Amino acid sequence: MSLAERRVEREPTAIDRIPAPVWALAAILLTMPAYANDFILFQVMGWTFILGTIALSLMFLAGYGGMVSLIQMTVAGLAGYMVALFGNSGIESLSLFLPWYVYIPLAIVIAAIFGTIVGALAVRTEGIYTIMITLAIASAFFYFSRQNYSIFNGYTGFNLVIPPDLFGVDWRQPVAFYYLSGGVALLAYLAVVYVSRSPFGLALQGVRDNPRRMAALGFNVTAHRIAAYTFAAVIAAFGGILLVWQNSQISPGTSGIPAVIDILVIAVVGGIGRPIGPFIGALIYVLLRTFSPDVLTALDLSGERFKTVIGLGFLIIVFWSPDGVLGLWDKWRAARDKAEDPLRRRAK
Amino acid sequence: MSFAEPIGQVGSGAALELTNVSKLFGALAAISDVSLSVRPGERRAVLGSNGAGKTTLFNCVTGDFLPTTGTIRLFGEDVTAFPAYERIRRGLRRTYQISLLFGGLTVSDNVYLACRGVSRGRFSLLRPRKGDALAAQTEELIDAVRLTPVRDTKVAELSYGQQRQLEIALALAGAPRFILFDEPAAGLSPTERGELVKILTGLPDHIGFIIIEHDMDVALRVAESVTMMHNGRVFKEGKPEEIEEDPEVQELYLGGGHE
Repeated sequence: MSLAERRVEREPTAIDRIPAPVWALAAILLTMPAYANDFILFQVMGWTFILGTIALSLMFLAGYGGMVSLIQMTVAGLAGYMVALFGNSGIESLSLFLPWYVYIPLAIVIAAIFGTIVGALAVRTEGIYTIMITLAIASAFFYFSRQNYSIFNGYTGFNLVIPPDLFGVDWRQPVAFYYLSGGVALLAYLAVVYVSRSPFGLALQGVRDNPRRMAALGFNVTAHRIAAYTFAAVIAAFGGILLVWQNSQISPGTSGIPAVIDILVIAVVGGIGRPIGPFIGALIYVLLRTFSPDVLTALDLSGERFKTVIGLGFLIIVFWSPDGVLGLWDKWRAARDKAEDPLRRRAK
Repeated sequence: MSFAEPIGQVGSGAALELTNVSKLFGALAAISDVSLSVRPGERRAVLGSNGAGKTTLFNCVTGDFLPTTGTIRLFGEDVTAFPAYERIRRGLRRTYQISLLFGGLTVSDNVYLACRGVSRGRFSLLRPRKGDALAAQTEELIDAVRLTPVRDTKVAELSYGQQRQLEIALALAGAPRFILFDEPAAGLSPTERGELVKILTGLPDHIGFIIIEHDMDVALRVAESVTMMHNGRVFKEGKPEEIEEDPEVQELYLGGGHE
């Protein structure tokens, strides 16, 4: 193997290493408001960024930490509720109308604390039991928020939750919201990529591969796992805040069981191997969710059947590639590399 | 002084001191009533046939399992109830018989984690900068076990011998004071064994260790004292040559009249 060659390839600066497709993607995303309509910007792309961010928090836990947590949508929902409660909403008897620089950090901190507590409970278990315990807490939260009127306003939840008028911009305008949600998604993505190579991120991957060995190297495995839940909760909280602003309302169903499962589906369909996976999964999900009723109606089928289409799409991808779309991509690249001259792989 | 002296008289200056340690798995006693004392800087070999309880002994010392009864003292401190990471932070290290490495990470990431495990900043979200002290330490260790050419290779792609060398690098990270080597020579070629002996005998004097080794040649070349275990008990202690010539040991370990 050409070890020396590979090492040389790593030397260039961070900017040089960004491959051309990433530049192309960045150009498309940046200029999208010039040619896409408001519906695409706000509904399709905005929702993709939000769901992608929440699923990214699951990818961080599952991909780097080996912990499949179903609590991420609930953490996001809680952050959304806290924005409505401490900030502004149409429920004037409950909302406290604090300034944005108080209620946004407050929502994130509360969501992080909640995520940490759930993590502390969940890390005592492994595999399917982690899924079960987080699912149990997620459904408990759903029922609690539906029955509690003093904080969560029960069945109705909060309406008219709108973002603050920062810098004189109405952030619910499609173009503004597109850049806001895209910016948050990008920051969350970069944060995960960056942290994955930090001591904490490396240790987390070590804990995933071999917890016993990590303890024998001096790491407190339990504390590391719990801290991973805290980090993931912060990311999910950002997604949750954007979600409540996009919908301008929040109710128990926002983080109900179907929504919880959807986040898992998004992460798995996209692929939990790398941080870009959840965003690919989110785009597929949003496209299916948005357009399958139209396609179904055009085919003279009931538009209500869109869930069947999503389910089938999920089945097909997982059947062909257990690692999601990212896995398909890797397979394709491997096949292409093989097809090239074996002596001069990667001619670049 | 004889190594078979009762433990109580050896005193509290021991690096590692086990008093009546037993570990039961259900009704099966993997080790029973093991008392053992090793001075700082001492190099001890633990011999015994398969199932003699050698690895269980290691697991109790490192905290992988809690012993059923007995106490374990590390540099005079009672660590019996401590979690594994607390013992490691006090200077204890171990290698594993089967490779317990991070296959998905590179050699340098593996060694870096080992260095990070016993230093501050385990939870740091900031990437290490170039010229970071730990990064330098990592490079030194990789060099010490001669893995520099494969430093960026994923551990799963290494040869068996290289993985064993990496095991040793992980045990040497930080400031080890006492190391447990669990069959480090198993499966190595004669050349690799020679390298291993060089690494072990080349350790700084203050680092004591216990080595479990089936290869008598390796064990007796690196150890200054020997503990024989049989059926979970300490059977005999002494200097290598005493043990080698002991008729009972020959009977038991070498199957009686060996050539």
